[in-house]
Amino acid sequence: MSRNPQAAAAFDASRAVVAFDDVSMRYGRNPETLKDLTFSLAPGSFHFITGASGAGKSSLLKLIYLAVKPSKGLLHLFGQDVSTVAGKDQPFLRRRIGVVFQELRLLEHLSAFDNAALPLRIAGRKPETYRQDVAELLSWVGLRNRMHAMPETLAGGERQRLAIARAVVNRPDILLADEPTGNVDHEMGLRILRLFVELNRLGTTVLIATHDQDLVARSGRPVLHLADGRLTKLAPQGHSAAQLDE
Amino acid sequence: MSELLDPQRWRPAPFLPQADARDGALTFVVATLCFLACLTALTVLAADRAARGWTDQLTGQATVIVRAKGAETPDSAAARAAEALAGVRGVSEAQALEKAKAEALIAPWLEDGADLEDLPVPRLVAVALDPKAPATAAELDTALQAQGLDAVVDDHSVWMKDIKRAAGLARWIGAAVFALIAAAAGAVVAFATRAGLAARHEVVEVLHLSGAQNEFISRLFEMRFARMAAVAGLIGAGAAGLMGAALRLAGGGQGLTPVLPIAWIDLAAILPCPLIAAAVAAAAARLTAQALIREMT
Repeated sequence: MSRNPQAAAAFDASRAVVAFDDVSMRYGRNPETLKDLTFSLAPGSFHFITGASGAGKSSLLKLIYLAVKPSKGLLHLFGQDVSTVAGKDQPFLRRRIGVVFQELRLLEHLSAFDNAALPLRIAGRKPETYRQDVAELLSWVGLRNRMHAMPETLAGGERQRLAIARAVVNRPDILLADEPTGNVDHEMGLRILRLFVELNRLGTTVLIATHDQDLVARSGRPVLHLADGRLTKLAPQGHSAAQLDE
Repeated sequence: MSELLDPQRWRPAPFLPQADARDGALTFVVATLCFLACLTALTVLAADRAARGWTDQLTGQATVIVRAKGAETPDSAAARAAEALAGVRGVSEAQALEKAKAEALIAPWLEDGADLEDLPVPRLVAVALDPKAPATAAELDTALQAQGLDAVVDDHSVWMKDIKRAAGLARWIGAAVFALIAAAAGAVVAFATRAGLAARHEVVEVLHLSGAQNEFISRLFEMRFARMAAVAGLIGAGAAGLMGAALRLAGGGQGLTPVLPIAWIDLAAILPCPLIAAAVAAAAARLTAQALIREMT
């Protein structure tokens, strides 16, 4: 399902980063938002989730980053059935997941550097052990000269890249991004996509929820399409990843 | 200094926003509650001391009313009674009051112009009892009977019951008010924590989804509110201490505040206030934060 060499290896369901087995999800007593989803993501794969507004893209990501629970079915993360993971152990599972939220959720009282370093601080790393890494990461996403800027002073694209930096700073096993190009222009959208491709090359499994059909077409990556809470898998389409990487 | 070399720029900022517009108001409310709690504690201690003082005074004294019999003069009967009582074990001193003093005690109960010479005014004997082993009313009565005196012993037991009851009531009311104020302070901190968490929902959610353990997040709020309550407790206790000191200096047990005699040592009772406030705030913040995080997840 992916051009990544790791993903090209024989796929073993028990080694899947994410595996949904007949999973449904509802909010409270409302009708099911997601219905009977069965799919898995191999380590190192790169997928898009597409679908109309309200199709359940964000809800699917929320299930993976453990913000909501399935109302039916089994969800496996890194080979573990999440329903059997004790509450006190869930944070350690979350630390293996990087999330770029649709609304970014940068902490406005922290500088760009502190925002990016947040997952490392939470994991208990001392500043002197991550200072260099975070500085390099921010340089990599083009924020070298904005490290000490507060989020409110950053432009839309800079905020987006900062959110990505925060999501990948602790080298997560999977990166989830919810409409990561929703608030930036086309050019910035492509730059951000290149960042994701680069991360995927380094071995991170990537799953991006987007409306941006052009982005999906340019990436040439497989698509999981959601319609009315149900999943349809589509073949890679449009340009190849090689074109995007140029 | 170069930006890269400036350590201040690289020092990590606290996870929670430092300032909040509501912090000042909350500190004021908690400080006020702490002030009231400290003042109540001082009042309870002073009321207890006053009650003990009144009881000690009454248990250390007795009054004997002596009436003359036959041809004996009242002064002679009183003198004999004082002599008899002085010899009783448990009596430190017995002194017959002068006629003028006995008449002065009766005068307020008579009409103006009443001639006390016409009245058989009894004489009084003031008895000071040994505070360690005071003689009982029965023992005093026996001694008087042995001398053939017509006398009535008043050991103030009727007043003592009332005073003890009043003192006990004052203690209980004080303790109840203190408990109520402490509970109100705890509730205010709990509500404030809840509001604080709600206002920082976004921060909590990001921390939570970034892999922070519930314990870690609740500890952030615990520390923040404990610090705030400690400062508020210090302000409240300081203000109550100043007021207590002012009352003590203004008269203490003998001067302007004889009803509630405050001792310097009483001020020590309010010293733990900042610590107690911080502990209450920490516990309230911890419980509230954990409950809200559980709701969130």
